[in-house]
Amino acid sequence: MKFSELLEIWKGTDLEFSEIILAQEMIETGRDPEKVKLNLKRLMLVMLEEAEKNFGKKFSTLTGMTGENGYKFANYKPMMVSEFNHVATSVALSMGESNASMGRIVACPTAGSCGVVPGVLYALKKVENAPEEKLLKAFIVGSGIGNVVAKKATLSGAAGGCQAEIGTATAMASAMLTYYFSQNPEFVGHAAALSFKSLMGLVCDPVGGFVEVPCVKRNGSAVNVAIICSEMALSGIESVIPFDEVVEAMYNVGKSLPESLRETGLGGIAASKTAESIVENIKKNWEVK
Amino acid sequence: MILKFSEVRFVGLVEVSGPVMVGPSSSHTLGALKISRFVYKLMGIPDKVDFILHGSFALTYRGHGTDRALLAGVLGLKPDSPDVKNAYDIAKMYGIQYTFESEDLGDVHPNTVLIKAWKDELYNEIEGSSIGGGAIKITKINGVECSLTGDYPALVIVNKDKPGALKDILDCIKTNIANVYLRRINALQGIALSIIELDENVSDDTLKCLRTLECVIEMYAVKLEEGEIL
Repeated sequence: MKFSELLEIWKGTDLEFSEIILAQEMIETGRDPEKVKLNLKRLMLVMLEEAEKNFGKKFSTLTGMTGENGYKFANYKPMMVSEFNHVATSVALSMGESNASMGRIVACPTAGSCGVVPGVLYALKKVENAPEEKLLKAFIVGSGIGNVVAKKATLSGAAGGCQAEIGTATAMASAMLTYYFSQNPEFVGHAAALSFKSLMGLVCDPVGGFVEVPCVKRNGSAVNVAIICSEMALSGIESVIPFDEVVEAMYNVGKSLPESLRETGLGGIAASKTAESIVENIKKNWEVK
Repeated sequence: MILKFSEVRFVGLVEVSGPVMVGPSSSHTLGALKISRFVYKLMGIPDKVDFILHGSFALTYRGHGTDRALLAGVLGLKPDSPDVKNAYDIAKMYGIQYTFESEDLGDVHPNTVLIKAWKDELYNEIEGSSIGGGAIKITKINGVECSLTGDYPALVIVNKDKPGALKDILDCIKTNIANVYLRRINALQGIALSIIELDENVSDDTLKCLRTLECVIEMYAVKLEEGEIL
């Protein structure tokens, strides 16, 4: 279902938008809303638990290309950004590095983009003292935004480039923040649309095909895109192009990306000289016989 | 048939915002683990296992932890277990013999693995593909082509290839059958393999009934566990 249709349904009721999303899920999948809510709560709690556990830790990742970015950032006193951004960014980096070292993550919506949503969830909890129930409602709305993208476009970097993975994660996170602070689904749509528009065309170019460079740091910067797009939406700024059309545009851009820029590790920064020499070194030790 | 990534459909909110897994890659880590976990569910922890890696599985291999995920799967570890990264140590503890090899398995999905597993006098060969987002397809069991998603319980039965055998087997099964695959695997000895995908886990009564059948030579029940049923 389109986001605009969900909005229309919401306008005709007194229900919260998160309830509309759960009701629509029941119509589409036949699943009990209470059970869906419980499953989503479990995913959210795992993210919060892992964020807490991994915050600012050092990791030994599979290829060694990353592992200390979350540590560095968490132990640095920022010059410009707020505490909220600092916490969210530290978590996003740490989750990306935990993922690259075979740690437990929630693929929300994918493993490569697993840092963005927990980044804002954890910042809301730590910095804003978010009550769990209110946080869950925001997470349901964010999941609803992800669901629209999954149904109308793609979440896969191999199919649509990084804009489909980190772009969706950012739109979900931005939607969550916006719903948390405003409970206004129209603002939510604008925040999600602004997020995708900021990351439109982003290619999937992992060095060696491994989920480390640039994935980890891209999680770190994307969470800030989510925050600032939410701030813009909350200030009343509107996306000129509605969310559904932005998603369609993202999908079309994804389909027109050459294969080298869709998770093959053959284009973008993956094709740089430095990347090639790094990969050669990594692979030297462990070719399959 | 090769499924493209974009054809993998997400069912709903929980699939979009999940699953819980160990990283780094849903297709190369989670999917790989789910395929080899099917082997564990089929026959328990094997004594000896050979992993034949095809295409992208062979290329990225350790960089995506595909090797550890595959080992973890046959050890019965779950996709979100923090022990997945220690799979080599655990395999050593169990004294399992294992090998990883790279081979062109032909016209199959780029992320495909063939798993040869031995346990006591039993031997099974499972081929599976990780088709994106952590979704898998078991494509061959002991040479018999099939298409199991791993989301349903299944019965794998080696039976005598004679009239009425399939009828006797199906008569024992009281749960709804989702799919049936069968093929003669040894014409000389008159042996066939039946793969039956079910809507629910098989009951003990069904298993008891199947065991009494004269036509059943070997039988494996792949069950879904708590948490795997949505």
